[in-house]
Amino acid sequence: MSMNLDQTDPSGSTTPGARKPQPASSGLIDIAIRYGFLALLVGLVIFFSVFANGFAGPRSAVFIFQSVAITGILALGVTCTLVVGGFDLSIGSVATSSMMLAAYMMVVLEQPAFVAIIACLAMGAFIGLINGLLIVKTKVPDLLATLGMMFLLVGLQRIPTEGRSIAMGMTLPDGSTAEGTFSPLFLQLGRHRFDFMLENLLPAPVIFLVVIGFLVWVFLELTRHGRLMYAIGSNERAASLTGTNVNQYKIMAYVISGVLASIGGMLLAARLGRGDIASGTNLLLDAVAASLIGFAVLGAAKPNAFGTSMGALFVGILLQGLTMMNAPYYTQDFIKGLVLVIALVFTFSLSARKAGGH
Amino acid sequence: MNGTLCDLRGVNKSFGDNRVLKQLNLSLPAGSVTVLMGANGAGKSTLVKILSGVHHLDAGSISLLGKDFRPSSPSEAIRAGVVTVHQNINDGVIPDLDVASNLLIDRLAEPGYGFFLKRQKNYAEAERIASQMGLSLNVRQSVAELGVADRQLIAIARAMAHDPQLLILDEPTSSLSASEAERLFLLIERLSAKGVAVLYISHRMSDIRRIADRIVSMRDGEISGVFEGESLDYEGAVNAMLGHRMTDADITIAAPGKRVLEIKDLRLLPGSAPFDLDLCENEVVAVTGLLGSGKSAFAQSLFGLGRPASGQIRIDGQDYAPASPQAAIRRGVFMSAKDRANNAVVADFDITRNITLPFLARYSNLSFVRRSDERKTADEMIGALSIVCQGNADSIGTLSGGNQQKVMLARWLAEECRLLLLDEPFQGVDIRARRDIGRKIRETATNRATLVFVSELDEALEVADRIIVMTEHSVSAEFRNENVDLNEILTAVTGAVPTDNGSAARTAHA
Repeated sequence: MSMNLDQTDPSGSTTPGARKPQPASSGLIDIAIRYGFLALLVGLVIFFSVFANGFAGPRSAVFIFQSVAITGILALGVTCTLVVGGFDLSIGSVATSSMMLAAYMMVVLEQPAFVAIIACLAMGAFIGLINGLLIVKTKVPDLLATLGMMFLLVGLQRIPTEGRSIAMGMTLPDGSTAEGTFSPLFLQLGRHRFDFMLENLLPAPVIFLVVIGFLVWVFLELTRHGRLMYAIGSNERAASLTGTNVNQYKIMAYVISGVLASIGGMLLAARLGRGDIASGTNLLLDAVAASLIGFAVLGAAKPNAFGTSMGALFVGILLQGLTMMNAPYYTQDFIKGLVLVIALVFTFSLSARKAGGH
Repeated sequence: MNGTLCDLRGVNKSFGDNRVLKQLNLSLPAGSVTVLMGANGAGKSTLVKILSGVHHLDAGSISLLGKDFRPSSPSEAIRAGVVTVHQNINDGVIPDLDVASNLLIDRLAEPGYGFFLKRQKNYAEAERIASQMGLSLNVRQSVAELGVADRQLIAIARAMAHDPQLLILDEPTSSLSASEAERLFLLIERLSAKGVAVLYISHRMSDIRRIADRIVSMRDGEISGVFEGESLDYEGAVNAMLGHRMTDADITIAAPGKRVLEIKDLRLLPGSAPFDLDLCENEVVAVTGLLGSGKSAFAQSLFGLGRPASGQIRIDGQDYAPASPQAAIRRGVFMSAKDRANNAVVADFDITRNITLPFLARYSNLSFVRRSDERKTADEMIGALSIVCQGNADSIGTLSGGNQQKVMLARWLAEECRLLLLDEPFQGVDIRARRDIGRKIRETATNRATLVFVSELDEALEVADRIIVMTEHSVSAEFRNENVDLNEILTAVTGAVPTDNGSAARTAHA
């Protein structure tokens, strides 16, 4: 038998559906679950506006948007893998590899921006495919497969330049000088600012985030593919017994994640104007934090695109606010962690109470 | 020597609204082997878990050697002398550790053991236990390298090492070969001669005939029969276990329509006997048999979850050999899987989403799901199956077991099919929901063929036109559900005429 239906816990068939009478305060808890996190977000903005000098200004808004955009795009990819019950730890290194590849293509190989972009997207999709195949076909657990891929890429991206960052006019390993340049159009992807209410308010990457966030939301919420992916995440066996091609959807989730991470990496390259070996170290953890915080938004208690975007915004606001309040850099990770733990407690304990569980 | 070792009085246990054990009384005499029989969901496992300290009883009392016995954890039960070998072998052994550590694992857990591992002492002790059991194993070998039978024997050997007063064995021979089982039986006899009470749970008649001093039958959380004495009444024990309250469902057998399913010389296992089966439109046929009789294997091979060893299956005259559930569904063969919590319910979804899951494509334009259409279908199905709920957006977890099962049925009734397979559709469902579901299965049976896989005879009698009995991965008898002689079916279910050499052969495979 290729699939065993007999893994029954003997008491499993008698497990009662959770249907305890709802407590009288359930209305209040409901509201807290749904809007608690958004209220916290608004409260945070008000707090920093009052106490952090210059927080409530266009410059700091640009800064927040700038930092949120790339994290958010990566986080949307992680969200897709969380939906199918997986996890992608390789996104951070996919993003930095994509940054290095974009720089290498243009600066060293003197290719046009268009070719560089295609190469980066293809690399992201390919890495996602490999991740997916490792998990689905060779049955390597998701965390381990993507962790392995992470290490592999961290090393791989340094090999062509022997560990150096890529900048225009750099000296190549063979002693010659790189002749290529970043195309101005490519740099605009990361640097251009659109007018929105105020002049030069919205950096281009934010537009990418909004568009990608909307597309991922539509895909997960409104299409049958998204629905089936959620079904796989909730009960893989049930999904497969209703004729869903579980493996195909899992692979797809990792491909999406890889492609989005490569987009994030290109935007980073465009913003920095170089392939910086040292940047992007925080990308993975910030993105994971954003998608996990997203569980708490609107009481979803599951990975979702809107929540993830809000989570990324939350992390961005928090860091910018703390910076402007002159909090030392080393406290920021601490506070980020604290917020994440609180958001997770919020999500899981409250929604468990709502469901009448233990 | 035949005093009562363990005595259960008025034991009650419920999970939520589900009363699993109802005022259960049972005494286990020292020095004898009591076989406990019961169908799925009769409460055997719950009883075992109470005795072994996994669950706590709600009401009633248990005494062990005259003292009150109320274990609050498995380790407390073991220290009191109640040792259990659970059915699921993987609960019994830790594959990554070596044999010695597995044999001694509960010693390591004792507070008095000390901080450091005493390796050499452990190996010596483990070898002593293994040789006592007649196990010829290298105790330094990792359990992961061993087969299922060896793992089972290790779990049993560990239980023996505790010098148990009461030894509980839950289906211990299910993965043992005949000679390995015989080794176990000899051991059980030795222990029982020393005055240990043994509670032995099994469905295998050959085991039961070999080992039982008494047989206790359980049904619906109650003891439905105790059989002891010189010659044991096996037939009576099976009757008591399956129950033969004649049900009042009156079946009018519809005229069969076009032939849908045609099975020729199908062997589910390479060694099993081939069988034929025809199934027509309008027909509802129940497939019944004891645990391990091949019901599930048959259902799964029809739904593309496994391949039969050989033989031919045709649907509507076309060859049919599905490689996956998708392929089966494309051919119009649907299956509602058994054990809904693990195999069917998507806990995060509401009623609507659970119902439309397999056929989402029909509710989508360019992959976009048309919400109103799927809600309409859900409302129709909620009405048709009288699912008790607030509305189609209720989370599936808020429904009772019976209503969850109806939703799972609705999932497959929402579309027309050629062959509907229902694997244990009445599992964990109360009597009213069971009637509703049975009625609905019959009402909708026109224009398709229906196979219902059930382990309880009552359920088969309530729902089917024909009843097919499986034993040893093959069809052994067939009955038309019209004035059937219940005893005949029961005889067929329990493996028929007890021939002398038959029982030994039966132990060899299965």
